[in-house]
Amino acid sequence: MWHWLNQKFLAPKSFYANSAKLIPWIALAFALCFSYGLFAGLFIAPADYQQGDGFRIIYVHVPSAFTAMAIYFSMAVFAVFTLVFRVKVAAIGMSCSAKIGAWFTFLALITGSIWGKPMWGTWWIWDARLTSVLILLFLYFGFIALQSVIPNQQTRDRAGALMAIVGVINLPIIHYSVIWWNTLHQGPTLSKFAKPSIAPAMLYPLLAMIAAFLLFYALTLLLRMRNQILLREINSQWVAELIHE
Amino acid sequence: MNRKQKNKLAIIISIIIILSIAIGLVLYALKQNINLFYTPTQLVNTKVSPNQNVRLGGYVEKHSVHYDASGESVSFIVSDQFHSLPVSYHGVLPSLFREGQGVVMTGKLNSQNQFNASEVLAKHDEKYMPPVLAKELNKQSEKKS
Repeated sequence: MWHWLNQKFLAPKSFYANSAKLIPWIALAFALCFSYGLFAGLFIAPADYQQGDGFRIIYVHVPSAFTAMAIYFSMAVFAVFTLVFRVKVAAIGMSCSAKIGAWFTFLALITGSIWGKPMWGTWWIWDARLTSVLILLFLYFGFIALQSVIPNQQTRDRAGALMAIVGVINLPIIHYSVIWWNTLHQGPTLSKFAKPSIAPAMLYPLLAMIAAFLLFYALTLLLRMRNQILLREINSQWVAELIHE
Repeated sequence: MNRKQKNKLAIIISIIIILSIAIGLVLYALKQNINLFYTPTQLVNTKVSPNQNVRLGGYVEKHSVHYDASGESVSFIVSDQFHSLPVSYHGVLPSLFREGQGVVMTGKLNSQNQFNASEVLAKHDEKYMPPVLAKELNKQSEKKS
């Protein structure tokens, strides 16, 4: 099983070949989710009873915050595979995720700020939720900076992996910050166990947008990884053959 | 998994556990500093000097909001079900400010237990619904009471 997986996906060469088949399907699923989510979120979902149309920023804010955290989690998983099993593709996936994650975190902070000014009355407040998400952004910056100063490929992968694993502790802090401490940011609307406290007509576009953002991550990640694989394996036989074709 | 890999996995897991305990203890020790605001009960029970700027958070009591003649100053009562404090404020209120809604204010508590706010922020709850549904729910809760 391990050997099969290794041959099919984990070796850079086969990953490069197989990911090409996946990309169109992911792109299609993304286009479907995104177009439905965007249209339904902006035009079909009813306005909120308190916030009016201003609530519609939720369709960017919540998906980007969720995706930013999911990307960090996936980096930590890649990191474990890098450190324990020495999977080359995992190290590549980890470093390619960082910039995407940083952008989604930035997007979550900016959209929250734009919403916060009219609704709360302030652009920014140092409450536990906002601060812990800012720390997530700095973790991404730290990871990118760390990897860019280490010249040796193997050391770079291991140092980055260790940092990704250590930083994962911030994720439960972000999630529970609104429960553990009193904050200005509201509690979670979507929860695994409880019934979501959002009307169904508003919920479905939100779920579609979350799926779309995750698919967008998968799509851009695969494209970036394919680039990175070619770069790292530039001296190998199969890349030379590929270029000749 | 061979032995070397198992060892590495064990090291990683123990790093995570030890770090979480350390960070958990730090956050627990800093609990009061991380909390954004005092509830009225906490504020009444803590000794704060009249000149100290503090944050107070709670719900705006129903039918307690009064504007003065010029419409620039407003007074209302903030409560957390156990205690309530009168608040006065001079300035622009955020658009989500209304009776029954959560608010977080910065200001000073004077010796008569009145809170003079210099900034009022509205705290939004996690509920999202269309206006029709909100009306329906209001009707139901009025029937019950």
